[in-house]
Amino acid sequence: MTAQATVAHGARGHLSFARTWSGGIGLVLTVSVLFIAIFGPFLAPHPPAALLGAPFQAPDSAFPLGTDILGRDVLSRVLCGGRTVVGYATIATAIAYVIGGSLGLIAGYTRSLVDPVVMRVMDVMLAFPPFLFLLVLTTGLGTGPYVLIIGVASIHVPGIVRIVRAATLEVKGRGFVEAAVARGERRSAVLRREIVPNITGTLVADAAPRLTISILLVASLNYLGLGLHPPAADWALMLSENRPGLTIQPWSVAVPGLLIVALTIGTNLLADAVARSRGTSIDRELIAR
Amino acid sequence: MEPGHDSDPPPRTRHPIARFVVWRVAVGIALLAGISVLVFIGTAALPGDAAAQILGRNAGSGALAILNRELGLNKPGPVRYWDWLTGLLHGSFGHSLVSGDPVSSLIGFRVVNTLILAGAAGLVLIPLAMVLGVIAGRRPGSAVDNVVASTSLAMIAAPEFIIGTLLIFFFAVKLGLLPAVSILAFGTNPLGDPAVLVLPLATLVIVGSAYIIRMVRAGVVEAMRSDYVQMARLNGIPERRVVVRYGLRNALAPTVQVIALTLQWLIGGLFVVETVFAYPGIGYELVESVIARDIPVVQAVAMLIAAFYIAINILADVAVVLLVPKLRTAA
Repeated sequence: MTAQATVAHGARGHLSFARTWSGGIGLVLTVSVLFIAIFGPFLAPHPPAALLGAPFQAPDSAFPLGTDILGRDVLSRVLCGGRTVVGYATIATAIAYVIGGSLGLIAGYTRSLVDPVVMRVMDVMLAFPPFLFLLVLTTGLGTGPYVLIIGVASIHVPGIVRIVRAATLEVKGRGFVEAAVARGERRSAVLRREIVPNITGTLVADAAPRLTISILLVASLNYLGLGLHPPAADWALMLSENRPGLTIQPWSVAVPGLLIVALTIGTNLLADAVARSRGTSIDRELIAR
Repeated sequence: MEPGHDSDPPPRTRHPIARFVVWRVAVGIALLAGISVLVFIGTAALPGDAAAQILGRNAGSGALAILNRELGLNKPGPVRYWDWLTGLLHGSFGHSLVSGDPVSSLIGFRVVNTLILAGAAGLVLIPLAMVLGVIAGRRPGSAVDNVVASTSLAMIAAPEFIIGTLLIFFFAVKLGLLPAVSILAFGTNPLGDPAVLVLPLATLVIVGSAYIIRMVRAGVVEAMRSDYVQMARLNGIPERRVVVRYGLRNALAPTVQVIALTLQWLIGGLFVVETVFAYPGIGYELVESVIARDIPVVQAVAMLIAAFYIAINILADVAVVLLVPKLRTAA
């Protein structure tokens, strides 16, 4: 069940994944939610934290989606609440690739003492249930955006190290790398010019499902109250803080919930389409909670 | 996460299976020791003064010193780790910083509650998902397969807290059929009031079965494409027999791993689902303890869950070796 490293097949037609039925839906969902998350704050009619009316007011002309538990405008909070989910998940995933990618390259290429040491540490981290890891980390470091990013990034690191290491080992044995070494190129040059370009294809297919996982983790932690602090506008946080109003003002819960679901399902459909266009599958990678 | 990822080939001997089991258990203990270091560093040795956090900003220096001594925080890290670990091994989990009760009395009945919820979820989820996975995987690309495959692909990415909230909205708020929260008297279990189990169970089954359906489907698709299935078909063996005798039989080993993955997935899903429904299990207890920074409870529950997680991995690996003769001789 180890992650199989499929080394760059070469880009087979850009965006071919979007031509499938599910890939197209995934693309539309993802782009729409991203649009709201990125440009929403500029379109919000009110400041997201301003107390404007009575709590849990039904939608009317002044507040198209009604008000929330503290009498803030739900529409404005929805428009402002997507940046955190999308932003933190993306940053965490990117950091994971920088750290995991470097460790994997070093472990795979040098095969020095670093390799076994790094890999045994990664074994321990992989044996740690991911969500449990986040909870333990939050106990020690407290809550907040930085802990959220560090925690979610750490969960991806062991998996990325393994994939990069395996891909590096495979590329390393090929003729062009041996030729570069024989030419007397420096190690950093070999890594940068020969190895990295040949494993990026593998990494792109690996990154898509990881982004979905990051979004799920960030949203879940925010929902549990272990991520951002109120009064931050965040879709997952809105879901938990407005739950007491589920009977009288369901919009304050339904709209942010719908956007999160659209985002995670959209990115997952995209990830699946990308993987299938490369002849692989995301099924093995999705057990992440 | 991935059963068998850490099993380097053990040395060849006359009792390969016994050797393999011993080796796997040894690796498991080593991993658990590694995790205990991470848990200890994560909860008790990271920057951020636990005593100040517990007592609040206005705590006097005397109170801080007393609490630090009580927590053993005035001793050096490795000594504290050793004290903690030997305490755990002797079955002493310490006392809750919040209520002062022994941790074992706080988590004992909650472990039972969680096992009831997870066990019930597993009993519903595993057969349901395997049947759907086999039906879909038997004929890849058919209408049934497309529906099952795309629905499960979408559900896999749906956060548990949203599915749970949705179920609460329809079945508790709109229809008034079931309780919105699973509140139970302290120390009791849900068997006395099974209605509180339904919605948490449904949430786990909906999200969890999506994972298992995809895994089983992938396994069956692979088996049905194999040479021996083609051969059986060419020999004129009825399709039903081909599926059962050749397809499913060879999907047996992956199935064991699927069950292991289900149990591991359930552990991860429980934190969120129990919290959504305020279900009194260890998942909810852990989340609450993290928020309250009740370090002894967090440490005990974390080690308990990690040990369970690793034990599942070992059992799955051993079961697979016992089930597949090829691996038995190779081991």
